[in-house]
Amino acid sequence: MKGIVHPMTDNQKKLVAKEIIITGFGGQGIVLAGKILGQAASLGDHLESTLIQSYGPESRGGACSAQVIISSETIHYPYVRKPDILACMSQGGLDKFVGVLEDDGFLLIDQDLVSPAGISRDYYAIPSTRLAEELGRKMMANIIMIGFITAVTGVVTMESARDTVEKSVPKGTEKMNLAAFQKGYEYGLAVLKGRRKKAEEKAGKVA
Amino acid sequence: MEPAVLTGEHYMTGDEACAEGALAAGCRFFGGYPITPATEIAETMAARLPKVGGTFIQMEDEIAAMAAVVGASCGGVKSMTATSGPGFSLMMENLGLGICLETPCVVVNVQRAGPSTGLPTMAAQGDMMQARWGSHGHYEIIALSPSSAQEAFYQTILAFNLAEKYRTPVLIMTDEVVGHMSERVVIPEAKAIKIVERTRPRGRKDRYNPFEPGEFGVPPMASAGEGYNVHMTGLTHDERGYPDMSVECQEQMVNRLVGKIRNNLDDIIRTESHRLEDAEVVVVSYGVSTRTAYAAVEEARELGIKAGMLKLVTVWPFPERQIRELAGRVKGFVTVEINLGQIHLEVSRCAAGLAPALLVGHCGGTLISPEAVIEAVRRIV
Repeated sequence: MKGIVHPMTDNQKKLVAKEIIITGFGGQGIVLAGKILGQAASLGDHLESTLIQSYGPESRGGACSAQVIISSETIHYPYVRKPDILACMSQGGLDKFVGVLEDDGFLLIDQDLVSPAGISRDYYAIPSTRLAEELGRKMMANIIMIGFITAVTGVVTMESARDTVEKSVPKGTEKMNLAAFQKGYEYGLAVLKGRRKKAEEKAGKVA
Repeated sequence: MEPAVLTGEHYMTGDEACAEGALAAGCRFFGGYPITPATEIAETMAARLPKVGGTFIQMEDEIAAMAAVVGASCGGVKSMTATSGPGFSLMMENLGLGICLETPCVVVNVQRAGPSTGLPTMAAQGDMMQARWGSHGHYEIIALSPSSAQEAFYQTILAFNLAEKYRTPVLIMTDEVVGHMSERVVIPEAKAIKIVERTRPRGRKDRYNPFEPGEFGVPPMASAGEGYNVHMTGLTHDERGYPDMSVECQEQMVNRLVGKIRNNLDDIIRTESHRLEDAEVVVVSYGVSTRTAYAAVEEARELGIKAGMLKLVTVWPFPERQIRELAGRVKGFVTVEINLGQIHLEVSRCAAGLAPALLVGHCGGTLISPEAVIEAVRRIV
């Protein structure tokens, strides 16, 4: 979009909207993850955002998803129909939503919970559950995933995401959650770096 | 003590915004029973009320919750409860008591799909006629319907203001999506929020008649325990509040209860319009479905169809005159609501003989898609 000086058309403005789905089970902190992304975009990056939570009547273990829309425009219809970003922390979530993900969208998975076998498109994987266990709390896998989403997709700024994590977690756990966020963020940057290197090598070979 | 008005920018759910709106309006009593998807209102009130000098009581059920709310208001405290379908059904009896005793209070129904237990975590707008006629006897009711967290905040304040001004229960008919959706909510400074308080009696305490009409047909209200003569009964009563089983008294009491709303419609009814000036088709909606309607009107305009939207901020009393006026100049109406035709019946009634009215609705559990609305709009043009 750089270099365009004409005002954007209505259709172009719509393109500014980013739709995100995070999926998992009740109890993993999926809704909190969605809330942190939405709040980071809204209060941190001063964009419009909505978060819809969807879950069943059971308090733990049922399928759960968070749908976030981030836009430079007022958001009217708050349901996500064709996500640009799909982050899966459960196999069921991947199976349900991968079909509607935009062709050029980002697919991110927790490779400890979702099997990459059978995924026929580009994806970004992180062992967020294992990394969270290494940091001392399996519960923080969602925060690691937020760091990973932030680094890989750039849908919210790192500063806003980090500040929102700090404000959103229970008092006394800020330090370890920020460490979890950092872990996911750095893992994401390393994955991107690895991809760039690979692409350069490939380009070099071709040249 | 904490501040009652959380001035600033927040990212919160419609339920939380509703609770904050209540506190900003001066609500200091909540009696309730938890139910999905309204529990977060009770949770917020339970956490916040004791810190602003208020009282939270979890009652044994919704029948008792509504009784507690009516009682607290008679004691002079702005009071509220929040529930969803099954609890709303249980509240109907004492809602009628609140109407008969002319007790200002606010009842929030975060609608989920019914009938019965239905879909507890999924949205619907199936209780709109229950809101109108759910309690027995003939009465008028005021019901609002917010479509966003920000509106949940402001409409809750408005609900309290209307309740206080007209000495009557006011309903907020929200739904699971608005209740559980997080959005930016801007809360202004306390002094920028307009608050209405019930008119208090003046003069000798032993000469006070609790049901003697004052301005707008609304009797000034004394709190129980202040020394004024206060007698309250759900039986048909005279201006002193004493039972009077005569046809004449019934006529007088019910006509005044109904009249204080019907005679003040211009003050009570609130609608918002979007692109109605040159509209050929009017999409009528309220609550969360206005978000679908808005998106559909924008898309229809891009297709060259002259669509506009009428948003009902107050669903009850119904804006009959406005619908009739529009019916005289447009090609038709499309009502968008998550049920199989409730407010649609009202639109049809008011447009009858002048313009056709279509319904876009379904049984609940999800929002209505803008495409379904556009399809109906096309059928009219």
